[in-house]
Amino acid sequence: MLEFVTTRHNPMVDPALHVWGWEIPVYLFLGGWVAGSMIISGWLARRGRQPGDGCVCHVLPWLSLVLLSLGMGALFLDLEHRLYVWRMYLTFQPLSPMSWGGWILILVYPVLLLGALTSIPTDLLSRWPAVAALAARLRQPEAAGRLGMVSIVAGIALGIYTGILLSSLGARPLWSSAALGPLFLVSGLSTGAAFAHLIARNPDEQASLLKADTVFLAVELALIGLVLVGLLTASAVHANAAALLLGGPYTAVFWVLVVGLGILLPLLLQALMVSHRIPHTVIAPLLVIGGGLALRFVIVSAGQYSHWISP
Amino acid sequence: MARLGMVIDTRQCVGCMDCVVACKTENDVPDGHCRDWISQRLEGAMPDLHLTITSERCNHCDRPPCVTCCPTGASHVHDYGKVVLVDHDKCIGCKACLASCPYGARFVHPEGYADKCTFCIHRVEKGELPACVAVCPTHAMHFGDLDDPQSEVSRLIASRRHFVLKPDAGTGPRIYYLE
Repeated sequence: MLEFVTTRHNPMVDPALHVWGWEIPVYLFLGGWVAGSMIISGWLARRGRQPGDGCVCHVLPWLSLVLLSLGMGALFLDLEHRLYVWRMYLTFQPLSPMSWGGWILILVYPVLLLGALTSIPTDLLSRWPAVAALAARLRQPEAAGRLGMVSIVAGIALGIYTGILLSSLGARPLWSSAALGPLFLVSGLSTGAAFAHLIARNPDEQASLLKADTVFLAVELALIGLVLVGLLTASAVHANAAALLLGGPYTAVFWVLVVGLGILLPLLLQALMVSHRIPHTVIAPLLVIGGGLALRFVIVSAGQYSHWISP
Repeated sequence: MARLGMVIDTRQCVGCMDCVVACKTENDVPDGHCRDWISQRLEGAMPDLHLTITSERCNHCDRPPCVTCCPTGASHVHDYGKVVLVDHDKCIGCKACLASCPYGARFVHPEGYADKCTFCIHRVEKGELPACVAVCPTHAMHFGDLDDPQSEVSRLIASRRHFVLKPDAGTGPRIYYLE
């Protein structure tokens, strides 16, 4: 027999840790989406796309600005001491991924703004000669290629940090996986590619985004397997955390929403689309986007539920 | 520099909760929250039962995950006694420290900042004992410098069997329980 009684009762901590509600999963999802969009638009920009050619790389920076602002709004709502948020920018804490994230977001905004600037038609900028000159310079192939590379690097940093943020919190065994950063990055890439595929008008672009997303989904599936294998082969604490997704309370939502509807079904649909057996459909990209959101919710929620089992 | 820690004799602790009340009074801990608490662990099978009562709080770890994850430096290791503290004016209330603590020792104060046991640093710096230690009616709690081999806490750890909470979490807790 083992009976454990404690007089502790702190809200958010007892009976199970619940410090992060909907705000953090939404932020991590939108951050990942923006990261994926930045990498894709940067990659397309490096292939020499020009304004007016209908490339999604001209639209993605604008949408990314909106999505990132919404995500940061959610992040702000999550803070308990909101008026002190500026304190984050008076220091850099090298061991805190949350501190990296704060500064990465500061880097991402200007990159997105510069990317958006290149897509504004020249005549609209005629009132502001300095801005028009900057836009013209950024449209030069060499500068566009460099901006594309910066966009890719900033996107990778943003996408990978959202996973490392969780995996650095060692008290939550489910998050103790080095593969969580790459998983969130690839999930962001698949969400970004699915959305770009959804809004792309050029058939060639649609086809290449579809192929890319199919690869991202397959890699995401492999990384999920890697996270689970890593946890199951680690200590009993970590195996118990993995059990939350393998028979525990988060099993159904994880395997149905994240893996089944968010990865396997769109993977199947997209494989059929790639082989031209079915026409392009919005269902697959929408499922991918929904799966990315579900992944963040499940991982954040189940991770908080996991804990060290020793007394 | 001292490395302050606590030793609690589970054979003498009766779970009276005087330490909890003293902490709430001394530190004006808000209603519905606590910086320290009592846990009771009953093991075995009738008639061989073993009850362990532990007075728990922040372990002021040697490798505090709450300090490394803090994005603003609000969670820090204080110069005096290497006590882990929170600077309220730097805390943004992101709750990463709550998520990083394997002991669940932190909570969000109604004013928005992360809060927890301070080892009553305001008393200790004046040469007094933490409130919980000072009021313990069975003298089960001891406080002092773990780096000083002649201190009471060091001698107790050297002479008695003891354990720490969640040693496998690897944080280096500085509260020792005598068996």
